[in-house]
Amino acid sequence: MSATDTFEDSLDGLAVGTTRLSPEAFEETVAEAIDEPAIGTPLGIEGLSLDGTSVVTDPTPNQLTEATTGVTGASLGIADYGSVVLPSTPEGAEPVSLFCDLHVVVLDADDIVPDMPTAIGEMATTVGDDRGSAIIATGPSATADMGALVRGAHGPKRVHALIVEQ
Amino acid sequence: MSADDEAAHIRRLLDTEGDSVQGNTRVFNQGRYAAVEDLDDYKGLKDRARELKEDAIERLPELIDELTETVEENGGHVYLASDAEDANRYITDVAEDGGAETLVKSKSMTSEEIDVNDALEAAGVDVYETDLGEFVIQIADEAPSHIVGPAIHKSREEIAELFNHEFDPDEPLETAEELTHFAREYLGERVEEADVGMTGANFLVAESGTLLLVTSEGNARKCAVAPDTHVAVAGVEKILPRFEDLQPFIELIARSSTGQDLTSYMSLLTPPVDSPTIEFGSDEPLAGGADDREFHLVLIDNGRMAMREDPELKETLYCIRCGACANVCANFQHVGGHAFGGETYSGGIGTGWEAGVHGQESAEEFNDLCTGCSRCVNQCPVKIDIPWINEVVRDRINRGEEPSEFEFLVEGLTPDAESGGVPLQKRFFGNFGTVAKLGSATAPVSNWLAELPPSRWAMERVLGIDRRRDLPTFAGETLSEWFLAHEGLAPAEAEREVVLYPDTYTNYVSPERGKAAVRTLEALGVRVLLPDLPESGRAPLSQGMLSTAGEQAHDLYGGVAEHLDAGRDVVAIEPSDLAMFRGEYEKFLPEASYDRLSGASYEVVEYVYGLVANDPEKIEILSDGPGRVAYHSHCQQRTMGLEEYTEALLEELEYDVLTSTVECCGMAGSFGYKEQYYELAMDVGYELEDEFEQPGERDRTVLASGTSCTDQLDALLERKPRHPIEFIAPDPL
Repeated sequence: MSATDTFEDSLDGLAVGTTRLSPEAFEETVAEAIDEPAIGTPLGIEGLSLDGTSVVTDPTPNQLTEATTGVTGASLGIADYGSVVLPSTPEGAEPVSLFCDLHVVVLDADDIVPDMPTAIGEMATTVGDDRGSAIIATGPSATADMGALVRGAHGPKRVHALIVEQ
Repeated sequence: MSADDEAAHIRRLLDTEGDSVQGNTRVFNQGRYAAVEDLDDYKGLKDRARELKEDAIERLPELIDELTETVEENGGHVYLASDAEDANRYITDVAEDGGAETLVKSKSMTSEEIDVNDALEAAGVDVYETDLGEFVIQIADEAPSHIVGPAIHKSREEIAELFNHEFDPDEPLETAEELTHFAREYLGERVEEADVGMTGANFLVAESGTLLLVTSEGNARKCAVAPDTHVAVAGVEKILPRFEDLQPFIELIARSSTGQDLTSYMSLLTPPVDSPTIEFGSDEPLAGGADDREFHLVLIDNGRMAMREDPELKETLYCIRCGACANVCANFQHVGGHAFGGETYSGGIGTGWEAGVHGQESAEEFNDLCTGCSRCVNQCPVKIDIPWINEVVRDRINRGEEPSEFEFLVEGLTPDAESGGVPLQKRFFGNFGTVAKLGSATAPVSNWLAELPPSRWAMERVLGIDRRRDLPTFAGETLSEWFLAHEGLAPAEAEREVVLYPDTYTNYVSPERGKAAVRTLEALGVRVLLPDLPESGRAPLSQGMLSTAGEQAHDLYGGVAEHLDAGRDVVAIEPSDLAMFRGEYEKFLPEASYDRLSGASYEVVEYVYGLVANDPEKIEILSDGPGRVAYHSHCQQRTMGLEEYTEALLEELEYDVLTSTVECCGMAGSFGYKEQYYELAMDVGYELEDEFEQPGERDRTVLASGTSCTDQLDALLERKPRHPIEFIAPDPL
C-alpha cells in the first residue's frame, strides 16, 4: 500500500474525510470542501494558492470568530496515524486551523511520511533547529469529559483533508 | 485517620463516586491494552523512554542551565522556583505587572500542586479552567480525582445538574454534546477576554526551548496562543535533551493514558511563538501581530532536586503522568483519587509524588491502598517499580510513628527487625509466619480460640482484623511434618532434584496443595527436597517492614545456596513468594545471589508444564479431563507472565477452561483482612464472583493459584476453590 493509501485509511478511522486531487482541480475542490464563510492562510505548498477561491486570506479577528471554515496547509502527513503537521505562521495558521467548526487542511502527497520517527526526524530541523512551532493534529478536537465522546470541544468539529497529487 | 473513619470514607466513595470512576478508568484501561497492541515494538519504545528519562534526570542540573539559556535566547523568560510559594509569587507578579484581570488556564497537575489558582485569585486575577473536566471541578469546587481525567468521578447527570444550577441556561442542558458546546461557548468568551494564558508542559526540550503540550480539546492551543502573555509551569523533571527524544513519548503517552493512539493535538511550541496574538473584536488583519508576545517558563523544583538525590524516590521523576498505574489498579478503579490520592497526585505513583513534593503525611493518607499486587508494573511506559516505591514510603511512615500503647501484646509474636513505631496491625501481618507457627503448633485449640467472639472482638479492636472475614484454619500436621514421615517413600533414583519452597500458608494452613505438589513432581520423576527454609519476606514487605523483609531474604538465600550449588531448582507454590525471588530480591541481595536464585526459581505449574513439554508422554501421569474449570490466576503471577502455563496445561489435559478476565480478586494478602479495607476488598471481589457465578458457569470447578485469591473466592462463592496443582496431581497411591 502506498503511503497516501495508508494515510487515507488512517484518516478514515478518525472520521476525517479526504479528497485526492490534481493541482488543476484545486480551486474547484476547495469550493466543494468549504462551508462559507471561510478564511485561510498561505498554504506553504508550491504552486498552490487560495487566491482564486472564495476563501478570505489575511483574515481579521472578527472574521476569525465568524468563519465556519478555516483552510490551512500542512507540512507533513504521517501515514501510520493519519496525523497532519500544522506549522505555526505569522499569518495566523494556528488560530485559523483551530477556531472554526470545519478545518480544511491541504497537503502535498509528496509530504506524506510513513511513521512518527520519520516525522519527528523532519521536525527536528523545522521546529527544533529553526526554533519554530507546529501542531501534530490527529482528527478533530474531542473530549469525553462530559460523559460521552463529543467531537468539537474547543477546536474544530470536523476536519477534511485535501491531498494534492502533483 | 482512624480505621473506622477510613472505612467510612471509603464506603462513602464506593457509594458516590465508585461507579463513575470505574466506568471511566476501565475505558482508559481497555483502550490501552488495544492501543499498545497496535505498536510494532512496544517493548522497544518503553526501553527507549526509560533510558532517556534515566539519562535526563542524571544530567538534570546541566539541562536546566541549557534550557534556561535557550529560552532566553529565543526571547522568553525563565524562572526557577524553589517551592510553591516562590512560583506563585513570580506568577502573580507577571500577572500584576501586565495589569491582568483574567487568566485562562489549561489543565496542569503541576499548577494544582502549587495551588496557583488560589494565589492568583488572592491577587485579584480571575482564573478560568478551560479543560472541560477541570472546568467541572472548578465549578464544583472540588479537587481532581485522577491525574488525566480530573472529573471522571462525575456522571453526565451530575455535570448537567451542576451546570444547570450554576449557569441557569434558557433550556436545561442534558446531553454530553449540549454540555460540551455550552462549555465551549462560555470558555471561548473567557479566552477572548483573557490577558494571560497559562499551560503546563508535558515535556521540554533543552536544545531548542520547545515545549510539548498533549491535549485533545484544543484549549491548550488557545490558552498558549490567543493572549499576549503565555506562562508555562512545569516541574524541572520534564526536560529532555534533544528534540528527537520526544518521539517515544509522543507514541506512548496517549496510549498509556487514555488508550488513544495519539491525542488530537500534540503542540510543539517554541515560545515566544510566531503566531499573531489576537485582538478580538478587531477589524485589523490578524497577520504579523506577534510583537507584543511575552513568554514565561516557570520551572518548579518543590522537592524534586531532593527526590533526585533520594535513591528510592528518584524513579518517580521518570513518571510522565499518564495515569496508567491508576487506571489498571483495581482499588483505584473502585474508589478513585479522592481516596487513593493525596493533596494533588493520585494512583500508584501518587505516593512517590506526594512524599516528594508535599511530604510523607500527604502520602500516608492513601499509601496503604497499594496492595503491592504489581499490576501497574508492566503498564508503566517508563517501567517504574511503583509497588517498591510504595513499600519504601510505607516503611518510612512506619518509622515515623510513635510506638502503640498495645505494643506489649504482640511483642512475643513479633521477632522482627523493626525499630519501634510500626503500627500493631502491620506488625501482626508482617509477622504472620510466627503467628502461623504458633497457631499450627496449638491447633485445633488455637483455631477454636480464634473464632470465639471475644477473640474476634479483641482482634478487631487491637489489630483491626475484620470480624466478617473467616480466619485461616491452621492444620494439625504441617507440610514439613508430613514430609518428614513421607520422605522415605520418595524415589531414590531421579532425573532431577528440586527444592519445594514450603511457604508459610502452604506449610501451616493448606498443606494439601503442598502434598499434591510433592506427589506430582515425584510422579514426574523428580526428587523433591523440603528443607526447613525461612520466610520469603513477602509478609513484612507488604506491611512496609523493609528491614525484616531484607533479613528474611538474606536468611532464605543462605538456606537455598547449598541447593543451588548442587544444581537444584527452587519450586514455589505461592506466586507472591516467587515474585519476591524474581523481583524484590534484586533490592535485597548481592547481584550474583539474586541472579542465581531468580534464574533457578519456578512456579509449580510452570515447572510441571516444562517437565511435560520435555517429555510429552508424561502427561499421562496427570489427572485429566474432560471437565469444566473456572480459573483465576494471581496478580503477581500475571505480571510475571506465568498464568498461561496453567491455562495451557489444563487445556492439554482436555479441560474446558474459563479464565477470569477481571484481573483482581480484591484480596491481596492481608489487605482484605483489615477492617478499614474489608468493604473495598469485597467490592472488588464481587466482579470476580459475577464472572464465575454467571448462568451456565456455576458447574465449573474453581481453581486459583494464589492463597489470598483462594481465601477471597472461598468467601465469595459456595464452591470451594482449589489450587491447580491439587486438581491435576495424580491420585495418591
